[in-house]
Amino acid sequence: MATVTFNIWRGDHEGGKLEPYNTEISEGMVVLDAVHQIQAEHANDLAVRWNCKAGKCGSCSAEINGRPKLMCMTRMSDMPTDKPVKVEPMKAFPLIKDLVTDVSWNYRVKQKIKKFKPRPPDHEDGTWRMFQADIDRVQEFRKCIECFLCQDVCHVLREHQLHDTFIGPRQMVFNAALEMHPLDTEDRLKNLKEEGGIGFCNITKCCTTVCPESITITDNAIIPLKERVADRFYDPLKKLFRLFKKNEK
Amino acid sequence: MDRYEKYEHDVLIIGTGGAGLRAAIEASAAGVSVGVVCRSLLGKAHTVMAEGGVAASLANVDERDGWKVHFTDTMRGGQYLNNWRMAELHARESPDRVRELEAWGALFDRTKDGRILQRNFGGHKYPRLAHVGDRTGLEMIRTLQDHGIHQGLSIYQECTITALIKNEDRVIGAFAYDREKGKFKVFQAKSVVLSTGGMGRIYKITSNSWDCTGSGISLAYHAGAELIDMEFVQFHPTGMVWPPSVRGLLITEGVRGEGGVLRNSENSRFMFNDIPDLYRNQTSDNEDEGWRYTQGDREAKRPPELLTRDHVARCIVREVKEGRGSPHGGVFLDIAWIKDKIPNAAAHIKRKLPSMYHQFKELANIDITREPMEVGPTTHYIMGGIRVDADTQMTSINGLFAAGECAAGLHGANRLGGNSLSDLLVFGKRAGEYAAGFARENEMVQVQEHQVEELAAEALAPFEKGPENPFQIQGDLQVMMQDLVGIIRSESGLSKALEGIGKLWERAKNAGSGGNRSYNPGWHTALELKHMLTVAEAIARAAKERQESRGGHYREDYTGKSEAFGQVNITVRKQENGTMNVEQIPIKPIRDDLMQTIQEMK
Repeated sequence: MATVTFNIWRGDHEGGKLEPYNTEISEGMVVLDAVHQIQAEHANDLAVRWNCKAGKCGSCSAEINGRPKLMCMTRMSDMPTDKPVKVEPMKAFPLIKDLVTDVSWNYRVKQKIKKFKPRPPDHEDGTWRMFQADIDRVQEFRKCIECFLCQDVCHVLREHQLHDTFIGPRQMVFNAALEMHPLDTEDRLKNLKEEGGIGFCNITKCCTTVCPESITITDNAIIPLKERVADRFYDPLKKLFRLFKKNEK
Repeated sequence: MDRYEKYEHDVLIIGTGGAGLRAAIEASAAGVSVGVVCRSLLGKAHTVMAEGGVAASLANVDERDGWKVHFTDTMRGGQYLNNWRMAELHARESPDRVRELEAWGALFDRTKDGRILQRNFGGHKYPRLAHVGDRTGLEMIRTLQDHGIHQGLSIYQECTITALIKNEDRVIGAFAYDREKGKFKVFQAKSVVLSTGGMGRIYKITSNSWDCTGSGISLAYHAGAELIDMEFVQFHPTGMVWPPSVRGLLITEGVRGEGGVLRNSENSRFMFNDIPDLYRNQTSDNEDEGWRYTQGDREAKRPPELLTRDHVARCIVREVKEGRGSPHGGVFLDIAWIKDKIPNAAAHIKRKLPSMYHQFKELANIDITREPMEVGPTTHYIMGGIRVDADTQMTSINGLFAAGECAAGLHGANRLGGNSLSDLLVFGKRAGEYAAGFARENEMVQVQEHQVEELAAEALAPFEKGPENPFQIQGDLQVMMQDLVGIIRSESGLSKALEGIGKLWERAKNAGSGGNRSYNPGWHTALELKHMLTVAEAIARAAKERQESRGGHYREDYTGKSEAFGQVNITVRKQENGTMNVEQIPIKPIRDDLMQTIQEMK
């Protein structure tokens, strides 16, 4: 047992400040345990969003000593405790209260992405055949727990606040999961280029670094999508070819 | 009077885990307007934590499987207290419900010939669980969510229902507050579906999410609905035991399905020492055969580690009690040993059980491909809940439906792993379908102003109260339930628990919260105490009534099964004077053809 000081952001959209709290840390504790303890002992109204405390739901995203992390998967034993541990809300989204932010933008953007559209079933009983090797990549994307830490760290959203023109890494991964789904027949490349703003990503890979599910967001999702978009819209030979095809008609 | 916003929908769905989302999709497909209330953010419900898989007799891995085998396994697992009609519908319909998910974009792991892969699980005769590694729940909820958001649903996120609103014997709406601002909302609806999940958070050691306070069961109870089988709580045998902060976190049964074994401190596979008669014919008596079963040998019988959860949990408790436990009060679960049997075992384990590997590595500094895990029982599921009609999922109140964990009947005295995910698909769909039908046949009834006023006053009461700390009361309840209404129960313990719950009810009257109405967890917890105490009391009363041991309910003062109690379910209902009434009701005799099926499969 040791007493550790936590500087926790308290406030709402009108303003606030870091408040110091002391609490006892025991073996194996994660930051979320400490925040709960502080809530129960000192601050019943301290707002924190959480559900599973097992790294599976992606609710307790925050910035711990300035790093975007899940509070439930950040062990106290991995933190320096000789100085206060700083816990703040995500910065890319509007603050609701204390550690809770308004992430509804992510849901609105997702709803605009064209839904899954499978090819007709392969068999009369309505089923398809797919092979494991062909779905491995998409299963990687589908591990996403929608914690939105990748959105939080992305400078296009965080610094430049381009929420209206760039859908962010999470929704790029979502698009990739749909585009690379073996059964899907929809075409989302034009949307990715235009509403999606895929060109805004300049592959700094910050999103990949913070992903708690270790999804290789940039290399496996965004870059292949960029290549597809470039192929379709910027390949000069293909452009010429399409022009001729159009004239033939 | 505090101001409020009013919303009208044909069907109102409360709770957005798998059952709620599936109900919402079905109801909206029937052409009615659907409102969906989530108490957390969409897609974060406890379904997300389900690991091992969804049970459906697709017969992709073993063609001998079929609905009759699944039905029989479910009844045997439930020790024949199940609602047999629900067990029949569930077994018949779950394959279609799983295939439907694939049509909506789910990507289950594949067999070599490209079909949905199925794995072994406790109590299931053949490999039956469609899965995605060990994150099946996430795949399911995300598939339903991503399909559902295009169905024209009105979704209210982070919105908490505090009470159902009735007109005579019919439900006509619900009262809620939103978390962000703490403002009130009144939902008026022709029919209401409860799909609020379980109650693990009333126990100290649990695998359950924050939301699992039994709220829907309590909402239904206070509206006058009948509860059933509340004594049957499932303690999953394998939760983490160390470090203390993650105690209770689930370790999927899939570990044992993939060949993991249980050992005590003497390095003995103790499960071989206690195989119940009901399962003797299906269980292997030697280690080699058990291993062959997990590797798909169709002639081999299952290892005793894959006996039902209630039994395995009690065996672990016994090992610990008799001094053969692990250093932190559990036993050892070893998957690393398979390196003696197969090449590239470490890579195989990481592929089959990725989140287990991750969970132990991150939270306990243990590499499960090299060393055994320490495990012990954790509160996981409630078989009991709101009594429903098998076909329609309507409760004993007109217009009120329930599906998923908060409803009861399918699982009897003990649930088989994988049957909860299929439960919520099969009966979520049915609830949505029949709730939409009810809405089409009935008129909207206006919620009265005085009803709203009363509920608003009740909801605001914690701001006027004190000095009791709501978190402290919840914590005390958790400790007491764990000690006195846990895996091993007795008359004296249960009486003591009821007395304790009575005292907590008194303290809860003075539970106050500081701060204001905006996103205030203290206020929220103060309001939740009513639900938690209601459900705790129902469990303790039903457990006291059932003087026998069966399935998830074990009484050290009545260790055997009683024939008389094998003929009855126990119901709980709120009486006019506000007290809790407990009654035994006879089980309806099983249909002849189903009885015959059970006999044939013995």
